[in-house]
Amino acid sequence: MSDLVLDPKTAPAFPIAARAAMKDAQLRKNVRHATEVIQAKRALVVGEMPDWQELREAGRQIRQHTMMHLDFYLEEFERNCMRAGGVVHWARDAAEARQIVTALVKASGSDEVIKIKSMTTEEVQLNKALEEAGIRAYETDLAELIIQLGHDRPSHIVVPALHKNRHEIREIFRREMNLPEIGDRPEDLADAARMFLREKFLRVKTGVSGANFLIADTGGVCIVESEGNGRMCLTLPETLITIAGIDKVLPRYQDLEVMLQLLPRSATGERMNPYNSIWTGVSEGDGPQTFHVVLMDNARTEVLADEEARQTLNCIRCAACQNACPVYRQTGGHAYGSVYAGPIGAILTPQLQQMHHAQSLPYASSLCGACYEVCPVKINIPEVLIHLRNKVVKQNGALNVEAVAMKAMGMIFRSERRFRAAQRLGRMAETPLVRKDEQGEGWIGWLPGMLGGWTQARDLREMPKETFREWWEKRGGDGN
Amino acid sequence: MGTEGVVNASARAEVLRRIRAAKGGASGSVATRRQWETMARGYRRSASRERRAVIELLEDRLRDYDANVARVTPDDVGAQVALMLEARGKRRIVIPTGLAAEWVPRGFEFVLDEGMSAAELNEVDGVMTGSTVAIAETGTVVLQNVAGQGRRATTLVPDYHLCVVRVEDVVETVAEGMERLAATAELTTTFFSGPSATADIEMTRIKGVHGPRFLDVIVVE
Repeated sequence: MSDLVLDPKTAPAFPIAARAAMKDAQLRKNVRHATEVIQAKRALVVGEMPDWQELREAGRQIRQHTMMHLDFYLEEFERNCMRAGGVVHWARDAAEARQIVTALVKASGSDEVIKIKSMTTEEVQLNKALEEAGIRAYETDLAELIIQLGHDRPSHIVVPALHKNRHEIREIFRREMNLPEIGDRPEDLADAARMFLREKFLRVKTGVSGANFLIADTGGVCIVESEGNGRMCLTLPETLITIAGIDKVLPRYQDLEVMLQLLPRSATGERMNPYNSIWTGVSEGDGPQTFHVVLMDNARTEVLADEEARQTLNCIRCAACQNACPVYRQTGGHAYGSVYAGPIGAILTPQLQQMHHAQSLPYASSLCGACYEVCPVKINIPEVLIHLRNKVVKQNGALNVEAVAMKAMGMIFRSERRFRAAQRLGRMAETPLVRKDEQGEGWIGWLPGMLGGWTQARDLREMPKETFREWWEKRGGDGN
Repeated sequence: MGTEGVVNASARAEVLRRIRAAKGGASGSVATRRQWETMARGYRRSASRERRAVIELLEDRLRDYDANVARVTPDDVGAQVALMLEARGKRRIVIPTGLAAEWVPRGFEFVLDEGMSAAELNEVDGVMTGSTVAIAETGTVVLQNVAGQGRRATTLVPDYHLCVVRVEDVVETVAEGMERLAATAELTTTFFSGPSATADIEMTRIKGVHGPRFLDVIVVE
């Protein structure tokens, strides 16, 4: 199996990729099971918080405030991190970030690294760059290990291998770890991962991580995790390299009191995840003695420049919106063609591509609003989706089919005479397409050309024989 | 600030320029700090339960994570440690410098961590430490690099952790916990909530992956 790449620049449009995913019954079963379990757990632990809405509002305000003063807080973080012995690097884009990290790994004198699960390193395709530079990267999160050994790609922000079930995982481990006798209980598989990775934790001298939060007023970095692989990578190597989007900064240490309540409950449905680590620069005799942070833009400033869409940057990567999304729950993550799938991916990915790629993603939603309801920092995803659809249409120029069709509709709707004529025309035109069901109701299952998009996933009722206006006029129209 | 010590000053200048252009200007220190103060914080920031109920909540939460929990008086800590080590069949236990001497019972081999290598830590049966703060609502214990708690590797590599929590260090909410930690925020800090765990395979929670798989907690009244 060749390595699948999730690159929005080359990925097929969502409706095409989704159609393939919909045919994979095992995938859909796995995704449905996982998202249902997380959603139920989340509902339980969110329900026990009497102040959940106040926490969400505080979370929203903290993130919004941070973005409006991002320059100030990044400089403050940099100053404090450097004072504590860290080295701060800046990267304008993914290529620069890859180049910095690769050079730092080489300078550390190691040709292998242990890695903590990081969506940012997935975003910049760091592993590929390291490999090309002759550096072996070991993923240490269980799900990321499954993905890496299976030559697969993440399909979820928090549980990246949720599209694989235990039997599929056993096959991967049996083959890649050379364990012919391995069982398929989750315990057996976790034990195998523990054995496989422990030797690497004890041996490899350089670690690479992402970050959940950069704390401006202390210069600290916070990582939340479950397995302890994060702690291993942060603690045992001699050199640690952290790569973080510039959006990851938090104004003050105190703000963690909000984020550390919102994030675990939203992400995995736990009151607190098993481990949170906070470290500030270098601490003598405790952990890596060389510490680098790479602060990466990679089009985040483009998102910040768009007033209506900048709330996208408030995301703390909990993936609650993915679990709640009726579209994601059917297709899984790969159909989005990006490491950021689901509702947040549908707004984040096209913006990180400066709207040049992934134009189908803002349409990969029914706008039902479930994502907004579960978002711990109240990102109004449906609002941003509509805004981005508008941008896509504008960008495609005044002559694209949708813009012309909408303009024609506007003209028809403005005049009563034209509206009535269109209704009559519609009733005639639909006749050959209508088929009757057992109750005698008429349905349209196929529409030609561009209109076919509507009937691709649903049937359309035939037009009524009589409109409301006609009925009203027939009964005298005097309102009695 | 100056750019001394910054590795790639041109990228730094460019990213900051883009940010300022995107939001319409630079942010000043005074106005930014003042605006931070005015943010709404309507969530709970203090305890709502009786002290006894807070301690019981912590114990419930810890048991919920499959930890063994015992509550004892200060005089009985050493005896309780011996009971728990015996029950687990653990003999060789690493301890950080500065751990209370009366917590360390006879009859076991306690190894003082004076910069043991990860490989050496991998060979002991377990680790025993004190703690800085415990948060009842989430069943969380917080460790910092201070006397009696030590450096991070010590509580990470061994497969078993026995942690002593004093009742005066127990708070009810996350906000109270963070307030207690604020003064020592720059120390290396680890929050643990139960033994290490994963739910990466079919969302089935499995106890114990890379961090200590077995956890005992002694609450000292």
